[in-house]
Amino acid sequence: MFGSFIKKSRAKSPWIIHFDCGSCNGCDIEVLACLTPLYDVERFGVVNVGNPKHADVLLVTGTVNHRNKKVLKNIYDQMPEPKAVIAIGACGNTGGVFREAYNVVGGVDQVIPVDVYVPGCPAKPEAIIDGVVVGLGKFAQKVEEAD
Amino acid sequence: METLILVIIGLVAGPLLGGLIAGLDRRVTAWFQSRQGPPIMQAFYDVAKLFGKEKMVVNQWQILCAWVYMIAAAASVGLFFAQGDLLLIFFVQAVGAVFLVMGAMSAKSPYSQVGAQRELMQILAYEPVLILVFVGIYLVTGSFSIEAVWQLDQPLLAKMPLLYLALGYALTIKLRKSPFDFSTSHHGHQELVKGVLTEYSGPYLALIEIAHWYETVLVLGLCALFWSTNVAYMAVLLLATYMLEILVDNTMARMTWRWMLKRVWLLGMGMSVVNLIWLYAG
Repeated sequence: MFGSFIKKSRAKSPWIIHFDCGSCNGCDIEVLACLTPLYDVERFGVVNVGNPKHADVLLVTGTVNHRNKKVLKNIYDQMPEPKAVIAIGACGNTGGVFREAYNVVGGVDQVIPVDVYVPGCPAKPEAIIDGVVVGLGKFAQKVEEAD
Repeated sequence: METLILVIIGLVAGPLLGGLIAGLDRRVTAWFQSRQGPPIMQAFYDVAKLFGKEKMVVNQWQILCAWVYMIAAAASVGLFFAQGDLLLIFFVQAVGAVFLVMGAMSAKSPYSQVGAQRELMQILAYEPVLILVFVGIYLVTGSFSIEAVWQLDQPLLAKMPLLYLALGYALTIKLRKSPFDFSTSHHGHQELVKGVLTEYSGPYLALIEIAHWYETVLVLGLCALFWSTNVAYMAVLLLATYMLEILVDNTMARMTWRWMLKRVWLLGMGMSVVNLIWLYAG
């Protein structure tokens, strides 16, 4: 009984950490907009924790470059399983307009496994919330398969 | 036998009540900020989820410290429900509080270290106030036992109004609410991250959360003793006190530990001593 309650709770309490991996701040403002009274993601139990050790979902905005790919990997490694990664915006998905630049590695998926891609430049708050909800579905599925 | 049943009721009701209070708290806070807020059961979902996470620890000390903190908090609530001795309850919960700090200090993270130092300052501020409240109860009833409070025919609040205000300081510190939320902040993306809780994660964070619920119930229980003669008035007193806590939390900024020590020691302990003199002389 307790096991099934834990499973149900996972989708109801996604704690989020947001990492700006070299974004222009456009997507970051949209991520923070989700927490305002207009969108109020706390309705779904979402908390912006700012500490990878407490987080379930990693939101990454912006391109990955050679300087910050280690930081991104480090944050990902510090999150306890089960966890999900959501790449936000054109840059986070593929590298966006910067993908040909000499210092850019590309999208977030070049460094860590990504579960959900949220497109947009910048991504709309509605799309980000939708991305988190889809991400939770995936992560429930992953846990199911692991058991 | 009756005591044992009371202890079991305390151990079971503690986290249930504490979790509900935490959920209601977030709901009312959201209402103040014209948001909808999470479901009332949110605190239980959070803790259940944390229990299901991977066990990731910095060192073995943290495991021990999280458990001792939880067990000490649970034991103090159990003793409270068993109508035990106030001084014993005080020492048991103090041991738990110190173990929380030791666990945080065992990790090298600067956030955890700073949070631990600030938590020590908070302990330094509220423990004397708690002791003075117990001394006040002793002066009124002639005993440190909770049983003696129930035999009063006049509520404690009538004789110890200033001590109740001082207990309000201790309650705010224990609930980790603004302006005294500087050992661990509610919003983890600020200067301190999560302070004393930064390095605890997964199931150990869940244990600490449950311990926090127990402590909330314990301090609210102490507040309840102030109107022991009438259950309805006791409920009104508790509700009013907690609503005031949420209001203060939402309208105050986080202050520094120096500000806290000045306020709690001068005002809190000042009020307590005046009240004690009045009790002693009167």
